[in-house]
Amino acid sequence: MNLSFPMPTTSANRSRWSAAIGRSTRCVLAAVVLVGGWLTTAAPAADPTSFADVVDGVQPKMVKIFGAGGLRGLQAYQSGFLISPEGHVLTAWSYVLDTDLITVTLADGRRMQGQLVGADPRIEIAILKVPVEDVPYFSLDLAKDLDIGDRVLAFSNLFGVAMGDEPASVQHGNVAMKTQLAARRGAFETPYDGPVYVLDAMTNNPGAAGGALTNLRGELAGILGKELRSSLNNTWLNYAVPVDQLTDSVEAILAGRTLPRSVDDQTPKPAQPWTLALLGIRLVPNVLPNTPPFVDVVVSGSPAARVGVQPDDLILFVDGRVASSSQNLLDELTFIDRIDPLNLTIQRGIELLEITVTQGP
Amino acid sequence: MKKWTEAIRASGTGASGTVILPIVVFAMLTALPAGAIDVPQPVLDAQQQRIDAIQRAIPSAVSIFANEGQGGGSGVVITPDGYALSNFHVTKPAGDYMQCSMADGQLYDAVIVSIDPTGDVALIKLLGRDDFPYATMGDSDQVRVGDWCFAVGNPFLLATDFQPTVTLGIVSGVNRYQPPAGTLLEYADCIQTDASINPGNSGGPLFDAQGDLIGINGRGSFEKRGRVNVGVGYAISINQIKNFLGYLHSGRIVDHATLGAIVSSDEDGRVIVTDVLESSDAYRRGLRYGAEILSFGGRPVTTVNGFKNTLGIFPRDWRVPLSFRLNGQRHDVYVRLMGVHGREELLTKAAGVPLPMPEPQPKPGPKKPRALPGQDPQQPPGDQPQPPHEDVPDVPLPKKIQPKPGRSPIPGHPGQREPSIPDHVRPWIKPRTGFANYYFNELHRDRVWNAFSAHGTFDELGETWTLRAAPAEGGEVRIELGDQRVTGRFTGQVGQVDLTRDLGEQLDPPGSGGLLVTLHLWQRMLRLGPLQFGDVYYLGTAPLPGYDGLYDVLVAVHDVVESHFFFQPDSGQLVAIEMFPDSGVDPCEVYFHDYREIDGRQWPHSLRVRHGERTVLELNLDEIHAAAKPDEAS
Repeated sequence: MNLSFPMPTTSANRSRWSAAIGRSTRCVLAAVVLVGGWLTTAAPAADPTSFADVVDGVQPKMVKIFGAGGLRGLQAYQSGFLISPEGHVLTAWSYVLDTDLITVTLADGRRMQGQLVGADPRIEIAILKVPVEDVPYFSLDLAKDLDIGDRVLAFSNLFGVAMGDEPASVQHGNVAMKTQLAARRGAFETPYDGPVYVLDAMTNNPGAAGGALTNLRGELAGILGKELRSSLNNTWLNYAVPVDQLTDSVEAILAGRTLPRSVDDQTPKPAQPWTLALLGIRLVPNVLPNTPPFVDVVVSGSPAARVGVQPDDLILFVDGRVASSSQNLLDELTFIDRIDPLNLTIQRGIELLEITVTQGP
Repeated sequence: MKKWTEAIRASGTGASGTVILPIVVFAMLTALPAGAIDVPQPVLDAQQQRIDAIQRAIPSAVSIFANEGQGGGSGVVITPDGYALSNFHVTKPAGDYMQCSMADGQLYDAVIVSIDPTGDVALIKLLGRDDFPYATMGDSDQVRVGDWCFAVGNPFLLATDFQPTVTLGIVSGVNRYQPPAGTLLEYADCIQTDASINPGNSGGPLFDAQGDLIGINGRGSFEKRGRVNVGVGYAISINQIKNFLGYLHSGRIVDHATLGAIVSSDEDGRVIVTDVLESSDAYRRGLRYGAEILSFGGRPVTTVNGFKNTLGIFPRDWRVPLSFRLNGQRHDVYVRLMGVHGREELLTKAAGVPLPMPEPQPKPGPKKPRALPGQDPQQPPGDQPQPPHEDVPDVPLPKKIQPKPGRSPIPGHPGQREPSIPDHVRPWIKPRTGFANYYFNELHRDRVWNAFSAHGTFDELGETWTLRAAPAEGGEVRIELGDQRVTGRFTGQVGQVDLTRDLGEQLDPPGSGGLLVTLHLWQRMLRLGPLQFGDVYYLGTAPLPGYDGLYDVLVAVHDVVESHFFFQPDSGQLVAIEMFPDSGVDPCEVYFHDYREIDGRQWPHSLRVRHGERTVLELNLDEIHAAAKPDEAS
């Protein structure tokens, strides 16, 4: 597959996105030459244009993820793929991960519990870790950019059709558009506002979020997003987030910068940390093992009230670290000195808000 | 750059922009300075191959329009005499009779042959030609995820101009399991594709890149997006249908199979038996609670879905290899699969809501009932073509007239009513309880019997037959088949059957499962033939463990005893009889070999008797004596 090609003429306008046209043309060229190669070498009965070999190369990197959900049309499954030989799994940040028991099924059918390494709700990704070694994986460093017109393959466990060692579903399509999802605000309800590949194939089905988008060589290009329906005309958007939008977050997550500090009992605690009372909020009653930290009451005149925290806000992050439950949030606060400002990432409806709370008036 | 971008975008969104379109774009890019387009030959070849495959496939596609105006669907012709596959859920609203258009612009009458409600398959027969274009069946086990494929059919009933729609995609998954609704419409071991499968595509063909038939489209995952394609369609694999094809020709309502056991996966991912029916063959073969299923039907079992997939591709009554581990010991057995349904239960479920026979009752009001193109409701019944002769059913009927130009009615529109069954179609339809169309069962029952009879007819023989063998270990075996009783003298034991008493309780010699009764039924079938034997119907084709290929099976019921007669399809020769004295017990199996001619008739000179997992007896006959009937002898 390692072939070289003449570079096609490209224009001088090499903005970040348009420069990819040259690359995409190279991909097309690759396809041409590969087709030619297969025509001469493949068995006569086999279809030389089949993607079967490429698909076989990608499948071992795909995983199926099972977690919370299963009620009211919320599927308890989604997709993901391995991004390290030590079992780091990149997937979509969603309610499916909102449980202590996340089951990850590898392509060979091995089932294991996935530990949440961290998440970035702003780009709606999360990383899980499963206890394996030397597994096939996508290196994010080797990910490819795509351009309009590029042909792609989408791998996911849409509709949860695959169980155990059954392979992920594969769809084919083209990059129809590259755009900022922010331009769709008001139409598509999502906190992510960065660039996306819009696809002409119906890739973003239930359970497909977290799936892999590759080029025709099976090289990673993006992660399939959650289902997005336009509130204007009820149409669904099929899209993937380019890998280069993820790399900073993935690095931060892998470095442990998004983990709750409480997981490491060596971390020193301040003598006078933040408390909910000091913030001036009460959470909804903590009745479940994983009660999400929803704000129930905001005390008027309190630090939280001054910066506009409202009832029904969901606290996602405290100083960039995941607050996956009320207890988790309480624990996290004990690590933050009340003389320091407190950074909260809050979900209000579909909006993500970054709020900094300080003690003083 | 802008122009290029647009060009690439245009190519990228083209529905058929597969390998071809982007490459054309590339050619334009590099060729701009020179002003010439140079498409690489491999690309042109690949393009031509796809065009050829589609052109090859389209003529066999069928668009089905249901008589009652309740919609329609698709199908595909698989034989030159017009047998076509479709979905049960497509043909069900149509009842016994439907009209089908093909890409040749003709409208053909068609009748139901068989239905498989569990597998959502129906076989229909188009009438009027013996040279229909037909699809070549591929091998769906060779289909790989990522292969190109295309669906041909009648989505949204667009084929009112008789031209089917082609939608291209890739194989998204194989060996998919899609659970049934209740017990019907189960898609096991199916092919998943992102080729657009929409309402109306149901029953239509999925072809591979060569244009070989690999599946029958019938289902999609839609969920909250309404009933339009979301890139996830499912096709029944053609290899499953190949297993059922003999059954599907039988005119019956065909049932799927169950092992009689429930399996689930344990925490280690192994597939474990959690319940097993004591009346099942699997239980008699040693399957018990806690056994780990290792392989089934020749496939390794790693998931419950995988087990269900395998179960779903086999018809009821087939014997299928099963390997399991119980208490550390591995068992490799053949199990006889039970039906998913009781017979009455299947009839009730297949019927679902009652299907009224279409009767010629013009609707009140000014609107005249409108017929489909090519069908003239004004035509007097007497002018219809002659019905085919009873015993030569495949006489081609005259072609229907060309469709009239102008707007075609769309089935499903209110106020329209399709014509009732035309007279020339009626001979092809024979209603009988338990059958989708008994006409075809008789057809195959007679075919099988006529092929067997080519080896000699036994009806002029008398009722006393003597079989004698001298086993190598010494002694003599002598079996007398008479009109009142059957007696057998074997080495060390004697046995007899009083034919005036209940046959199911006289299973001599002990341990054989009823060899003497089986031989009596063999004699009865040979002498009387299926019409006088009792209730005899054509089951379809089934395998015999240890034998290659599939065998035509006649099921014969006499005196509460059911027996299955296996005939070699090429030679027509009788190969085996399985005699079931009761449900829930192992049959007596007699295998007939070493046919040699005596007085113009082929007689088997080697009998092998099996019961359960044991070979009970092997007899090499030294003497067969069967006198002619006394009145003929005089």
